Amino acid sequence: MMALVMLGLVIGSAILASWISSADPLSISPRFRYRLPSSEFLFGSDQFGRDIFSRVLHGGQISLMVGFLSAVLAAFFGTLAGLLAGSFRLIDQILMRVMDGLMAIPNVLLAVAIVSLVGPSLVSIVVAICIPEIPRVARLIRAMVLTLREEPYVFAAVSMSIPRWKILLRHVLPGCVAPLVVQFSYMFASAILSEAVLGFLGVGFPSEIPSWGNVIAEGRTAFQRAPWCILFPGIFLSITVLTVNILGDRLRDLLDPRISASRAR
Amino acid sequence: MDEPILEICNLSIGLNAPAGKEVVDDVSLTVWRRKITCLIGESGSGKSVTSSAVMKLLPGGLRLVGGQILLDGHEMTGANAEQLADLRGRVVSMVFQEPLTALNPVMRVGDQIGELLKIHRPKMGSQERKRRILELLGDVHLPDPPATLMAFPHQLSGGQRQRVVIAMALALEPALIIADEPTTALDVTTQAQILKLFRELMTRHESGILLITHDFGVVTEVADTVYVMQNGQVVEHGSAADILKAPQHPYTRSLIAAVPKYRFRSPLPPSDTPLVSAHDLELTYTTRGFTGRTRQVKALDKVSFNIDPGEVLGVVGESGSGKSTLARTLMLFETPDNGQLQVFGEDATKLRGQALRRYRADVQMVFQDPFKSLNPRRKVGLSLTEGPIENGVSKAEAVGRAHELLDRVSLPRDAMNRFPHEFSGGQRQRICIARALAMRPRLVIADEAVSALDVSVQAQVLALFEGLKNDFGFAMLFITHDLRVASNICDRVLVMHRGRVVEVGPTQTIFTAPQAAYTRELINAIPGEWDLTPAA
Repeated sequence: MMALVMLGLVIGSAILASWISSADPLSISPRFRYRLPSSEFLFGSDQFGRDIFSRVLHGGQISLMVGFLSAVLAAFFGTLAGLLAGSFRLIDQILMRVMDGLMAIPNVLLAVAIVSLVGPSLVSIVVAICIPEIPRVARLIRAMVLTLREEPYVFAAVSMSIPRWKILLRHVLPGCVAPLVVQFSYMFASAILSEAVLGFLGVGFPSEIPSWGNVIAEGRTAFQRAPWCILFPGIFLSITVLTVNILGDRLRDLLDPRISASRAR
Repeated sequence: MDEPILEICNLSIGLNAPAGKEVVDDVSLTVWRRKITCLIGESGSGKSVTSSAVMKLLPGGLRLVGGQILLDGHEMTGANAEQLADLRGRVVSMVFQEPLTALNPVMRVGDQIGELLKIHRPKMGSQERKRRILELLGDVHLPDPPATLMAFPHQLSGGQRQRVVIAMALALEPALIIADEPTTALDVTTQAQILKLFRELMTRHESGILLITHDFGVVTEVADTVYVMQNGQVVEHGSAADILKAPQHPYTRSLIAAVPKYRFRSPLPPSDTPLVSAHDLELTYTTRGFTGRTRQVKALDKVSFNIDPGEVLGVVGESGSGKSTLARTLMLFETPDNGQLQVFGEDATKLRGQALRRYRADVQMVFQDPFKSLNPRRKVGLSLTEGPIENGVSKAEAVGRAHELLDRVSLPRDAMNRFPHEFSGGQRQRICIARALAMRPRLVIADEAVSALDVSVQAQVLALFEGLKNDFGFAMLFITHDLRVASNICDRVLVMHRGRVVEVGPTQTIFTAPQAAYTRELINAIPGEWDLTPAA
């Protein structure tokens, strides 16, 4: 419950950023460099005198969007690939070799290559972060499908002449949800961090579009002099990652009728 | 005079929750040296909880309410962790039901037994330890102890693994061995050997044995003293002979009555048009090891049989005899390498597409494990109506059928809106039977359909099968490793051993005049002494 409130606050603050903070996250005022947190600069200011409070709130919009979209896309395509690979042998051979190939390239390298190819934008960064995640989801779901298809209730469904795709959707897919939810919350968190890495390598969002990633990346250089530059976006990032993980675990339990029943008792 | 090794006085164990009801209520029992004490009851009667209290291994959520446990003079209820560690293994040890999960799969058998000795007998030299392990493996009659010493658990059969577990339990010559359903997961021939082994070891090692079981057949075979438990209370106790001869409590009587008796049916006249006709079925599984070495297992070896309309053909044999492969072949989950399979007058192996779907709808299966054969995430109603709806039955009619079948299997109609985990094993098996019958099959395959159930529930489910068969008129292939069960429901019995048909014939002939040596061995292994003349 606590986690839900915290995540709600973070998301709400990102959506209402322009109303909550009157300061322009981009306005540079060299006079106010590295100000300590005060009533004027709630979270302090950075090396260009930009208001960190405002940058963190506005950055939340980008970061949450990137995290959510990449996780949803990776989960969707990964599940699709995993289901197909787990149920059709021919597709399995081809698809999983492609996935192996993708996994052989380091994540960041692949993402850097994609972003530098098409230029940084919300779409390209989401795609770049999501593609390296797809093989992981696909492998997970494929393994689950291979286990679940040996369950007697799946045999029972086959013996009732239920079409294959319906068996997949009704009897196999629901069994994959629990690990998928856990994987999703992990991907959501890691996508936000990946975006920060891309920003740090100079292929993420430019500093005119603040995100938690690039705010932290920029603040990093001044960590010893002005720790607040990195502290506050860091707190927001940690709260988000933590709450998403907690909620993921709760959701997994809720989706399992056996566990939710024993909780209720 | 014999001395008691374990005395439990007025033991009560309750749920941790406030106002929780007591799972074990005022239980007192005594185990003597050189005696086998049986604790018998159905699942949920508290027998396993009682035994785990002795080891102080109560499952979470339970707590000791009162009573005393005296183990070889030591008070167990107040023992601290250090005393417990010393007592466990040295004075008391446990044999679990499932021999595969009780052993560490990545440790050699010899090392697992050695580990125990290393911890409890640190002074023992490595040569001496090895000699002791070999001696133990010999004690439990494992063939070729030096080879077993180096084996991993998966390289041994179920019976051999259980022997290893027993050898571990004996390693420190404990005064008390607690065996929790030690033979339930084993087939009859192995079960008989293990029970014999218990008797022999007990006299040699001067131990007392507390044997937990739900099968009165086992009790007749080995018990000296019997305690009958129901709903957490001991309802009757006494010497095995007395209780078997003159049970006082109605519950004991119902348990004894539930043990399947031989009850042969008069065989049906053979039909000219068999429903299923298999001729020389062969199926070989090829597995390839990591090094590319191939290993071939003949799961079916020239198997021929017929099933007439309305007939129940029993298939009996040990685990690994090819019974389940036969079922899977009939379901067309497997394609035989050779041989003919004519079902409903068609060549079943050549069916494709629509014809295959029609065939599958006509052949339904009831599986062994009622906990796995229902999708845990779907409500019972969905499971019951799904099949008919997919095969062209209107939703209203499918629901109607489901209601009718739930009535027929004695479950409330509101079961439709509940999840499988809300039902007991026996109830779930009823749901599975209803699900199979909702398809209006012509052939039902029951693969060990009652083996996972308590003996008393077994009898009910068997009666249900029988009644349904008469109403719906399907033929049945009934696979079981329990010959007592087979005698109750089968018109004819087919005995399988290592993929081959050893013998086939009317049930009564198979039991009273078995031709093959293997069949005789199976029948002799049945626990308890049973009168082979048919009951009225």
